[in-house]
Amino acid sequence: MDTVVEATGLDLTFRTADGPVHALRDVGLSVAPGEFVSFIGPSGCGKTTFLRCVAALETPTGGTLTVNGMTPDEARRARAYGYVFQAAGLYPWRTIERNITLPLEIMGFPRAERRERAAKALDLVELSGFAGKHPWQLSGGMQQRASIARALAFDADLLLMDEPFGALDEIVRDRLNEELLRLWDRTAKTILFVTHSIPEAVYLSTKIVVMSPRPGRITDVIDSPLPRDRPLDIRDTPEFLAVAHRVREGLRDGVEAA
Amino acid sequence: MTDAPLSASGAGIGRSGKVALAFRGTMRTALPILAVVAALVALWYAACLPMNAQQSTLLAERAGVSVTPATAAERRDRSGLALAFANPGVAVEHAFAQERPRLPAPHQVAAELWDSVVDKRVTSRRSLVFHAGITLAPTLLGFAIGSLLGIALAVGIVHSRVMDLSVMPWAIASQTIPILAIAPMIIVVLNSVGIQGLLPKSIISAYLSFFPVTVGMVKGLRAPGSADLDLMRTWNASRLRTFLSLRLPTSLPYLFASLKIAIAAALVGAIIGELPTGAVRGLGARLLAGSYYGQTIQIWSALFGAAIVAAMLVATIALIERITLRRMGLAR
Repeated sequence: MDTVVEATGLDLTFRTADGPVHALRDVGLSVAPGEFVSFIGPSGCGKTTFLRCVAALETPTGGTLTVNGMTPDEARRARAYGYVFQAAGLYPWRTIERNITLPLEIMGFPRAERRERAAKALDLVELSGFAGKHPWQLSGGMQQRASIARALAFDADLLLMDEPFGALDEIVRDRLNEELLRLWDRTAKTILFVTHSIPEAVYLSTKIVVMSPRPGRITDVIDSPLPRDRPLDIRDTPEFLAVAHRVREGLRDGVEAA
Repeated sequence: MTDAPLSASGAGIGRSGKVALAFRGTMRTALPILAVVAALVALWYAACLPMNAQQSTLLAERAGVSVTPATAAERRDRSGLALAFANPGVAVEHAFAQERPRLPAPHQVAAELWDSVVDKRVTSRRSLVFHAGITLAPTLLGFAIGSLLGIALAVGIVHSRVMDLSVMPWAIASQTIPILAIAPMIIVVLNSVGIQGLLPKSIISAYLSFFPVTVGMVKGLRAPGSADLDLMRTWNASRLRTFLSLRLPTSLPYLFASLKIAIAAALVGAIIGELPTGAVRGLGARLLAGSYYGQTIQIWSALFGAAIVAAMLVATIALIERITLRRMGLAR
């Protein structure tokens, strides 16, 4: 199996009271294991919708989509992915540790293993000392790290992230981007990452998918020439700026064409 | 200006200064409440004058004091307010100590409450605590039945589209029927199938208390946002799992708010359940007997007794709510 996600001619049309909305049209994409793929584009371009299709939270109206060689819904039932939403979505009545063990409980892991996996996941996101805290005792950035730990805890090879840092300030976001890269490097997961920040997309990704709205479609796919090892100041190098420039061009073309 | 001497004296007495400050803190919250209570009591005393004026003038006349108008027949046509204004001295003298006043004065009700709560043995028929206890049993049983029914209906409404469309209109319709009209029928129907005693009264309580629980619980069970539900879906969680781990904990604050309304309604239901049976025991029976024999003081003290019981029940739920929510980490 050489692809994690494979989409060809994917269409999704929502029926609304104002008539049909073409959320996705003819989207084709193939993601190899271990890739870090960012989806960038203005709102309404279908980047989140595509991610939700992969997670089987939406059903495409046309085309084919496979996840780990299965249909998205089979993949969901096989717990093939962890999903991180823009809001951390931690349950306020559970401690951080018990928030992370919740999916493990649902999946039927034994108690001892749940605690072990939670500890490991908390260590990965550098929250080890906060297992017993309640969500409201943590800052927004820490809550989002906890929600990433929750998505990591059951060892799915695929991580779907929908603007996970969108609600955080620039400084916290930089730190978490750096941590996410390190985590990706250590765990060898495949990550699909939705963002509307050009620097974030270029800094994180091995592949950048530029999308445009009405109808939602892919206008450019950029394979990043940047090395795997990326310190934060790589963002000042000419290579980085060249990629960022190409992303910006792609976004502008998409808007003009529409 | 007015504040300065107060804080100065508080600071001057050292250790007790803290006590003084704490006292002032309590006073700040208690003062508005006390002011409202004082105003109500003053209004109540004032209302006693015209309400009891007929009886006051009669008593004065019997005692040999001249009143205007002089004969009882003439006075009967006058309003209480007119009589009180015509005989202010008499009205004030006799308004607050009558044996069967039309409106008993607050201190008369308080004295009767004290007498029937504290001075009588709890097992005595004249003890209000005894009667409250009699009413409390169907209240609590009815509250339990009503709450469980309310929760069960809410769970059904949230999970079944058929129930969502069919149950709610009936639940609302059930609450538009005056309870006073339906209570005797419940008693009679159940009696004819051989059910007597605690259960019929409890069912009337349950009838009143299930509705707020259903409404609050439906709202609470539907409180989780689509993102919360999507998250459960990504973990392939079953409906039961989603219910237990997400919907139920989210609904608890809503549930407690409804339970407070429900338990007060349950008490009203139990009291009403006592009326059509001609019961001789219970707060409802006290109200009924009081009105038969014109014992207004007894009626008012039973009313206050019921209000005090309701307040204690609601406070108990509030306490359980605070403990539960704090333990869950929902309240800080």
